[in-house]
Amino acid sequence: MTDRISDIWGERTAYGAGQAWPERVDQVLAEGLAADDVDRWVQSACVLCSNGCGCSIAVKDGRMVGIRGRKEDRVNHGRLGPKGLYGSWQGEAHKDRLTRPLIRVDGQLVETDWDTAMGRIVDRSRELLASKGPLSHGFYTSGQLFLEEYYALGILGKAGIGTPHMDGNTRLCTATAAAALKESFGADGQPGSYTDIDECSAIFLYGHNMAETQTVLWSRVLDRLDGPNPPRLVCVDPRDTEVARRAEVHLPVHPGTNLALMNGLIRELFTHGWIDEDYIARHTANVEQLRSVVDPWTPERVAETCGVEAADVRRAAEIFGTENKILSTVLQGFYQSAHATASACQVNNLHLLRGMLGSPGRGILQMNGQPTAQNNRECGADGDLPAFRNWENPEHVQDLARLWNVDPAIIPHWAPPTHALQIFRYAEQGSIGLLWISATNPAVSMPQLSRIRDILRQDSLFLVVQDIYLSETAQCADVVLPCAAWGEKTGTFTNADRTVHLSEKAVDPPGEARSDLDVFLDYARRMDFRDKDGRPLLAWKGPEDGFEAWKECSRGRPCDYTGLSYAKLRGGSGIQWPCTDERPDGTERLYTDGEFPTDPHYCESYGHDLLTGATTGETVYKATVQPGKAWFKALDYSPPHEEPDADYPLRYTTGRTVYHFHTRTKTGRSRRLNDAAPEPWIEMSVEDAARAGCREGDIVRVTSRRGRLEVPVRVGDIRPGTVFAPFHYGYWDAPDGGTAGGGSTSGGGAASPARPVRAANELTITEWDPVSKQPVFKNAAVRVERLRAGDGPSKAPATTASRPATGGQP
Amino acid sequence: MKLPVYIGLLDEAEATLAASFRVVAEGHGDEPDVHFILQTLARMCDAHREALKPVIDRYGEDVEGEEEHRLTANGVTEVRSGPLALMLDLQDLYVLVHHIDVTWMMVGQAAQGDRDKELQRVVKQCEGDSELQIRWLKTRMKQAAPQALLVAE
Repeated sequence: MTDRISDIWGERTAYGAGQAWPERVDQVLAEGLAADDVDRWVQSACVLCSNGCGCSIAVKDGRMVGIRGRKEDRVNHGRLGPKGLYGSWQGEAHKDRLTRPLIRVDGQLVETDWDTAMGRIVDRSRELLASKGPLSHGFYTSGQLFLEEYYALGILGKAGIGTPHMDGNTRLCTATAAAALKESFGADGQPGSYTDIDECSAIFLYGHNMAETQTVLWSRVLDRLDGPNPPRLVCVDPRDTEVARRAEVHLPVHPGTNLALMNGLIRELFTHGWIDEDYIARHTANVEQLRSVVDPWTPERVAETCGVEAADVRRAAEIFGTENKILSTVLQGFYQSAHATASACQVNNLHLLRGMLGSPGRGILQMNGQPTAQNNRECGADGDLPAFRNWENPEHVQDLARLWNVDPAIIPHWAPPTHALQIFRYAEQGSIGLLWISATNPAVSMPQLSRIRDILRQDSLFLVVQDIYLSETAQCADVVLPCAAWGEKTGTFTNADRTVHLSEKAVDPPGEARSDLDVFLDYARRMDFRDKDGRPLLAWKGPEDGFEAWKECSRGRPCDYTGLSYAKLRGGSGIQWPCTDERPDGTERLYTDGEFPTDPHYCESYGHDLLTGATTGETVYKATVQPGKAWFKALDYSPPHEEPDADYPLRYTTGRTVYHFHTRTKTGRSRRLNDAAPEPWIEMSVEDAARAGCREGDIVRVTSRRGRLEVPVRVGDIRPGTVFAPFHYGYWDAPDGGTAGGGSTSGGGAASPARPVRAANELTITEWDPVSKQPVFKNAAVRVERLRAGDGPSKAPATTASRPATGGQP
Repeated sequence: MKLPVYIGLLDEAEATLAASFRVVAEGHGDEPDVHFILQTLARMCDAHREALKPVIDRYGEDVEGEEEHRLTANGVTEVRSGPLALMLDLQDLYVLVHHIDVTWMMVGQAAQGDRDKELQRVVKQCEGDSELQIRWLKTRMKQAAPQALLVAE
């Protein structure tokens, strides 16, 4: 294997359309170890992006010492990406691991035992339930726990406490994917399959820098691009990403203008008759509304609004209109921007117009940002009801009440589930008095960080944080619970193309750390949550009990797991849901027959108005739905709410680099990954840098209406007028020792961080998509001022979209 | 013919509603969805007034004696404070939109009776928007009510 820091995607194994993707096994072992030294290999899948690569963990003397891709797995055929290879077990072995519970005593976090820590939580929980009721409790979880853990959390929150205030950081990464699928098709569920890459004749990537966000999936694309009959590539992204560099058509739209582009592409399909009238008539509803909404969006008008060439809009539309097997993938460039749900729905609409769905090479991948985001969506820890049930449908609520043997009245279904930013708002106002955060770090990942820090440190809030390290968020907590990480616990999770993997425990967690599942079960036990017959609500002994319980919950729903078991998931490849007795090998693609889950008795949602998020409601839905047909949902473009002006003349957008994941909790503690991208930066075009009088490496101040950032400049190939910042960097490893910004163990402190100010979300706006409630991270106005010369070029990676400007050279 | 009285009434009510949306949007800037969506709804009202202009040009909107008959709803000129403020302010808007919604309905009836195709088109568009404004207000109040009424202090 080559060095995968510099050779990110590894050696090419080219293949042609319709062939099987060749195997290539990637492996890293601890220094000085050979394969013979390994005691045993333990089956798992990687959790450092949403791709879900099957892997095996090497164990020696009770410690994780290596990782290898599983060649038999359908997702990766043996490959792993740089984060999985260099940041999986390595990122968990750091001396900073939390090994004992912490409680706040006289303002300081001090070590304690589990009984004391859990006792504190239960005392506060009971006190609040007695004085204020269930709506005093909020739960904010992750996209990185296991299915069993989310389901346990979903049950204890919905049937134990009975609060609608449950969400996950999946709200920040994948809420729009779920929302768009519900609006178009009636229920969540990824239509396509990764194997569509093997078959397709064109790939459209919408706001999806796949080369950095899912490196192994991009390897699959690269292998097609280098093989016979390569697919044609179209890329929508304001940055000159690796994807853009390989694209036949690159549309570098202004951030915030995706919807105008999409409406223009769809208009071209209508204008040229590149639509399947028969499919539209048989399988869809509402096409006339779509036609009238897109009608004003000529290629010229799109060009003017989006800052792209009209000819390129025409070329892209022609590829979509004339190729026979098209795969679309969508990610944060759409999901975290203005009109998120409407833009993602337009991708669905393009496919519906051509009937381009449900057969090999013809598919949609509304991607996820995190490895287990799908399970959060399925299990109800994000507020939705478990197994894609509809909170507005009383029969679905009854189903759950029967399953859990509780009074349906306790299950919160009287209003939409409370989304993450609203949970934080209630905490800010003091009506949520207990906030329990698991496996995520909002003190770095939420928008407008100065506000988030103030909320987390508020005296009126009792904050519980469970994590593997003392994150910036954990530093603000009243109780910190040390948890087991990947490889230290067993559970299942599902990737972006519905592939379910089992991840087995390889080693014991350090010190007294416990699995997140054990923590939730312990809380339920101590709270004495019981069903109608007085039996414990959550009597699971371990994860497999949880999986079996989940199978029953999923029975008959779109995400049916009843044909799966731990035994079946051991050995071999991951398996795609729905997997039932009738479909024991799982299901590669959804909607192969053009039948969609829009029946009012079955659907997950009655839908929303895309402009405002107003719910359609049962009466109107039942009066208008044509059961089994997909919906064309459309919205006219309007400018984003914060646009550049004289004071803040540049557009600000945020995103990932290939070497880090989230807030670097693990990847920042891997020496190889951290060396590859050790500190934050911002990217500016050659023109904008010249105008600001700065050179590569100069330290600049980036200011928005909400905060400032002081970091070195990378002069790169981003489109002029736009600046980019990676969102990974916080304060735990800042040069001042990590006491600034993200909070100190003593709590309190200044609202604004001490220098250096490095978190991209200091600048982002508190605003969200009206339907998916996903924050608008990729759309703010800023100005940039030079502060001083740096000590050489910025340390931004030179390998990917952040590489120095090439002046148009490849 | 009294239709011009009602067209004048609509024009004024849409102006009042737009101003009220903007007052509540500004006053509740800490609720970003309310802040931004109410501005969008206010722009809808502006568009309704634009659409009414040619109709007003044809009918005129001021007729003798109208003042005594005119049913007016007062707009929201300032927002409240306290834990119930958001709900009460949204509820005020809800009443205003309903007042307009039913006025459009009656004008629509007259437009049909008068076979006024242009006015019928305007009514159809604006009625749909009023209905959406009502649905959004209900969606948002439904979300806010339990927390505001049970827990907030």
